[in-house]
Amino acid sequence: MKRIILALLACASVAGAEERRSGLLDMRPEAQAMQRDDSMNPGMLWVLDGEALWGRKPTPATQSCADCHGDAAVSMRDVAARYPAFDIARGAAIDLAGRIIQCRETRQGAAPLAREGQELLALTSFVAHQSRGSPIAPPDDAGMRAARAQGREIFMTRLGQLDLSCAQCHDDHAGQRLAGSIIPQGHPTGYPIYRLEWQGVGSLQRRLRGCMVGVRAEPFAYGSAEFMAIEAYLMGRARGMVLETPAIRP
Amino acid sequence: MKLAWFLASLLLAMAVPVMASGQAGMVTGDAVAQSLTGSAGDAARGRAIIVDRQKGFCLLCHSGPFNEEPLQGNLAPSLAGAGSRWTEGQLRLRLMDNKRINPESIMPAYHRIEGLNRVGPVWRDKPILTAAEIEDVLAFLIGLQGERAP
Repeated sequence: MKRIILALLACASVAGAEERRSGLLDMRPEAQAMQRDDSMNPGMLWVLDGEALWGRKPTPATQSCADCHGDAAVSMRDVAARYPAFDIARGAAIDLAGRIIQCRETRQGAAPLAREGQELLALTSFVAHQSRGSPIAPPDDAGMRAARAQGREIFMTRLGQLDLSCAQCHDDHAGQRLAGSIIPQGHPTGYPIYRLEWQGVGSLQRRLRGCMVGVRAEPFAYGSAEFMAIEAYLMGRARGMVLETPAIRP
Repeated sequence: MKLAWFLASLLLAMAVPVMASGQAGMVTGDAVAQSLTGSAGDAARGRAIIVDRQKGFCLLCHSGPFNEEPLQGNLAPSLAGAGSRWTEGQLRLRLMDNKRINPESIMPAYHRIEGLNRVGPVWRDKPILTAAEIEDVLAFLIGLQGERAP
């Protein structure tokens, strides 16, 4: 019995030592080239839209993002690499898109931006793009440690009629083929991403909902505490990996 | 550790009947010997269920002798020769609820509705395959005798 346990532990440590890998490297060379060339990367259209929105007042009486934050290349540099972060006012983790929604409502006094709406995706893409090439560096405060622990719990829980956890595919079987497709390790290095399947840009939460529907589970709501927790866990899991926004994925 | 799980699940399997959608199949050892419908399934319908990516979606994980299907998974053993590796009763239980054989299995329980989390409303309280569909798939798998994996 002891020998079996030792053998299992040895397997576990070998699996844990495997190199983390961005889904970028699992794509066809043409798709990789599309991501690497800004003139071919369709996600850059969202980044450019976001740049325009950054400088525009939502209503004439209010301030634009740039009025407070100035040049995003300076003020927003590496910010996305540190999200989700703990929001003291709400006493909960908040993701980058959630922070933009919050800023829009409380500082700009403008109508809230809808999750997955084009404006929010554009602004989030623009802000996250300022961290392209930077290592993911999640904050290590107690609030975020708690959020990551909750996220890990969800990641390990079997869900839906198909009774599969995130970990069973993206930890245990990453690199193998689900039908024709390589299962990625599931690192959120490039969000918002331009997904060929979507023919558009979408958030990590949209991608997570896709997987949940795939296992025939009821997806968590956009902006829910559960999604913030999973995002926090995934960013912790990808700590040190380089941000790619806007990434292309199949 | 795995041995303990196996023995525990085997003990459990011997005592508790598998129930779903009004159908009962008594588990004996690691098998359900009796047809869930009282009759044999239809192998042609079973094959169609296996390759259907919304119905049985078996080829997401398994490969098998389905030359017209280009995208087959490699997360699980090939279905080729399944009928010579297992008895009909063993295959029936593995289809109905493979986690009774191996609790760590990634294979969905195709004919169990209890013990699941957050099942979407469309699929709630329904097994993935009905009793008749289980028998159809079984009829096809039994016929996969001694074929080599492609």
